[in-house]
Amino acid sequence: MLTCKDFLGELSDYLDETIDAELRSKLERHITECPNCWVIADTTRKTIQIYKGMEPYPIPPDVESRLMQALEKKMAAKQK
Amino acid sequence: MAVSSLAAIDESALVMQARDGDSTAFGELVRRYEGKIFRLAQHVTQNREDAEDVLQETFMKAYEHLDQFKGDSKFYTWIVRIAVNQALMKLRRRKTDKSVSLDETIDTGEDMVVREIAAWGEDPEQQLSREELGGILDTAIQSLEPLYRSVFVLRDIEELSTEETAEALGLSVPAVKSRLLRARLQLREKLTRFFKRKGDDAFAYM
Repeated sequence: MLTCKDFLGELSDYLDETIDAELRSKLERHITECPNCWVIADTTRKTIQIYKGMEPYPIPPDVESRLMQALEKKMAAKQK
Repeated sequence: MAVSSLAAIDESALVMQARDGDSTAFGELVRRYEGKIFRLAQHVTQNREDAEDVLQETFMKAYEHLDQFKGDSKFYTWIVRIAVNQALMKLRRRKTDKSVSLDETIDTGEDMVVREIAAWGEDPEQQLSREELGGILDTAIQSLEPLYRSVFVLRDIEELSTEETAEALGLSVPAVKSRLLRARLQLREKLTRFFKRKGDDAFAYM
C-alpha cells in the first residue's frame, strides 16, 4: 500500500505524466481513497497551471532601448 | 532584408545569418526572446536593476560567443543558460542578503510542505484582476529560496525540460526534481491562502 508520503514523493512526476502506467494506477488508487492527497494533487496542478498561464510582462520601452543601444555599440565595435 | 520578413524566418537560419555578421538577424533573435529573458531575470534576481543588467549581459555574451553555439540545443535554451548564470552571479554578489545560499545541499527527505489542505474554489484566478493575480503570484515566488525559485521558473514558467533545467543550473536531474517538487508544494501552500474555497477551513486539520 502506498502511503501519503510515497504519494507526495511522486507528485511532480505524476502531474508531469512522466511515470509508468503501473505506478500511475497505484497513485490514482491512492487519491481515490485519500481526500487530502487528492486536494494536494488538484491544487498543485492548479498552481502549475496558473503560473504557466502567466504572460511575460511587456518589456519596458526604456529597458529595451538601453538594451538595443548597448548591442548596437557592441556590434559596431566588432565590425570595425 | 526587410524587418517584416524576418519575423517569419526559421530560428536556425537567423542564428546562421547572425553568426555571419548579420546584425539585423541578431536583432530579430533579441526581439523574440528579450521579454522572456527579462522576466526570467526578474524572477531569479528579484531586483529590477539586476534584471536589466542580466538582460544586457545575456545578449552581449550571446553575441560575443555566437560561434560557440553548436545548434545541438535550441537557441532559446542556450541563452536561458547564459541568463541564469548571470542572474545567479548577481545573487551571489549581493552579499548583504544573508538568505542567499545557492550551494547548500537541501535535504530531500522530511520537510515536505503540506500544512494547509483545502480545496480551491472554481477558477479562483478569474475572480481577481490581472494585476492582483500577478501580485500574488510574484510575491509567492519571491518567498522561495533562490534555487527552488530558479528551478520552478525554468521548469514551470519558461517550460524547459527537466534535463535542460539541470544543465542550465548545473544540477543533477534528481536534484532538479526534488527542488521542483518542493517549490511546487510551497507555492501551492501559499496560493491556498488566497484561493481556498470559502468555509473550507474545517477541512484543513493537518
